[in-house]
Amino acid sequence: MRPEVILPILIPLLSGALSLLFWRSRTVQRVLGVVGTGALMIAAFVLFFRVQQEGYVVLQLGGWQAPYGISLVADLLGAIMVVLTGIIGFAVALFSLPTMGPGHEKFGYYPLMHLLLAGVAGAFLTGDIFNLYVWFEVMLLASFALLILGGERAQMEGAIKYVTLNLVSSVIFLSAVGLLYGALGTLNMAHIAERVSMVENSTLVDVLAVMFMVSFGIKAAAFPLFFWLPASYHTPPVAVSALFAGLLTKVGVYALFRVFTLIFNDSAAFTHEILLWGAALTMLTGVLGAAAQYEFRRILSFHIVSQIGYMIMGLALYTPLALIGGVFYILHHIIVKTNLFLVSGLVYRLKGSYELKKLGGVYAAWPLLGLLFLIPALSLAGIPPLSGFFAKFVLIRASIESGEVVITIIALLVGLLTLYSMTKIWAEAFWKKAPDEEEGGVAKPAALDRRQLWLMVTPIVGLAACTVFIGLNGQLFYDIASAAAAQLLDPQAYINAVMGAQP
Amino acid sequence: MEPLIAIVIGAIYASAIYMMLRRSIVKLVIGLILISNAANLLIFTTAGLTRGSPPLIPMDGSALPEVVADPLPQALVLTAIVIAFGVLSFSVVLIRRATEIMQVDDMDQMKENAK
Repeated sequence: MRPEVILPILIPLLSGALSLLFWRSRTVQRVLGVVGTGALMIAAFVLFFRVQQEGYVVLQLGGWQAPYGISLVADLLGAIMVVLTGIIGFAVALFSLPTMGPGHEKFGYYPLMHLLLAGVAGAFLTGDIFNLYVWFEVMLLASFALLILGGERAQMEGAIKYVTLNLVSSVIFLSAVGLLYGALGTLNMAHIAERVSMVENSTLVDVLAVMFMVSFGIKAAAFPLFFWLPASYHTPPVAVSALFAGLLTKVGVYALFRVFTLIFNDSAAFTHEILLWGAALTMLTGVLGAAAQYEFRRILSFHIVSQIGYMIMGLALYTPLALIGGVFYILHHIIVKTNLFLVSGLVYRLKGSYELKKLGGVYAAWPLLGLLFLIPALSLAGIPPLSGFFAKFVLIRASIESGEVVITIIALLVGLLTLYSMTKIWAEAFWKKAPDEEEGGVAKPAALDRRQLWLMVTPIVGLAACTVFIGLNGQLFYDIASAAAAQLLDPQAYINAVMGAQP
Repeated sequence: MEPLIAIVIGAIYASAIYMMLRRSIVKLVIGLILISNAANLLIFTTAGLTRGSPPLIPMDGSALPEVVADPLPQALVLTAIVIAFGVLSFSVVLIRRATEIMQVDDMDQMKENAK
């Protein structure tokens, strides 16, 4: 029995169920929100250190030997993702306390948040492809409900796109799982990886690979089906946006990494070439979309799309160094992106708007907040010595080494344009003089009391500290990422660990 | 039997995609319902259709008969149906709310109204 693998799933499920029991008591739900996500973070770190020692931690659910039961598998990539889930969950739970209004809390914000975290952690830890589908759906249902919490006009329009595209992607995924089972007769990912090379009809395998690519690509918001993301992420309350921005698309990216290193690694020349072009176009369209936007959270949403391109580029190049870069990029991106959304929420709370035209003067009034924005923003653009620099450096070095000139140029250009977007936010929201109400500015909202302000600032400072820490200890995180990449490039070890694990 | 069902599944997929490409939101939901049913049928069929031989060991035997239906896809389909039911009921409610708030049944007009 290895309980540490299942704890990151059980803890949020339990906290979610408990919060449902205390439906009427907002106070209990708020306490459970912080305690539950804190416990999840601790459990995730325990799992991570265990995985670092042993390589793979496998739990056969129900005592059934693989491939008959469902296996939960934690390898280094999965464990890193779960740790990030814990950190983001905890930060967002803290941030929710002062920002979530009673209207949202009464309609089940906290239970849904726990359910979402359970779905995300489950997707990172499962070793069974149908189970992965189930965790995707758990996560999606929770995210649907969170997205329309409050029920405003703009939320509805975004939600319809979000729901439709994600449903279509789930159906493609489900069809691909069905066809895969028809061809191979198994659902355990390690067992599939073992058998997939035995299939005589390699066209069928390629078709299946593309079906998985399309489905996970939609979930990861990759080109061309990314538009559900910028249409919906700026509509819900900001804590929800931050949670989505950090975790949801990364589940799609994680699934791409898992499936295209473990299962579909034979015809890399075909599949990874498509991925590479997809990555290039994702980066470009995302960053160009952001350049045209003047709403704080819409800019950030488009940047999620462009950053997804970098991660997929790491997978698509498929060299050891590129995979290290990809893992490093995910690690850095989740923290930085959530932090930027939290900063946008704080600016909104202080100045009353997300529209850059209506904002201004934040730096003059709160200079330290300006610093807190600059850390993640410059890290996103890849300025040394922050975490984004090392992530981009490794990726671009990998693409130069594999001789892909076009993607290198695109990646560098996109980095530059990212800096442009961040400068735009800086100049408009922080630096320029705040417009008066007659000039189209907005009335200043009521002043925050000290306790609320601290609750909002603490997670932002914490995540900014993480960014700086990753940047200053680049070698440590490079080593972790390279161990994770080495595991990804050695599918046989994964297969042996899962198939050999005793129940 | 399999070729016939395969054609039926293809037809359902095609009509679902046609419905989803229409502008009306109600037709979008009908498309979603159709496409998830098509996926369920697909799983059911890929494992092969075996009629009248459940995977049960007969009373007087000690092993399964030679040819039995594969029970796993049926379990998968059950799970998938339940999930699809949940998700689709959510989207029906969502679309009802959306049309109520926006007063339109057209994706393009909805975008105008949201602004």
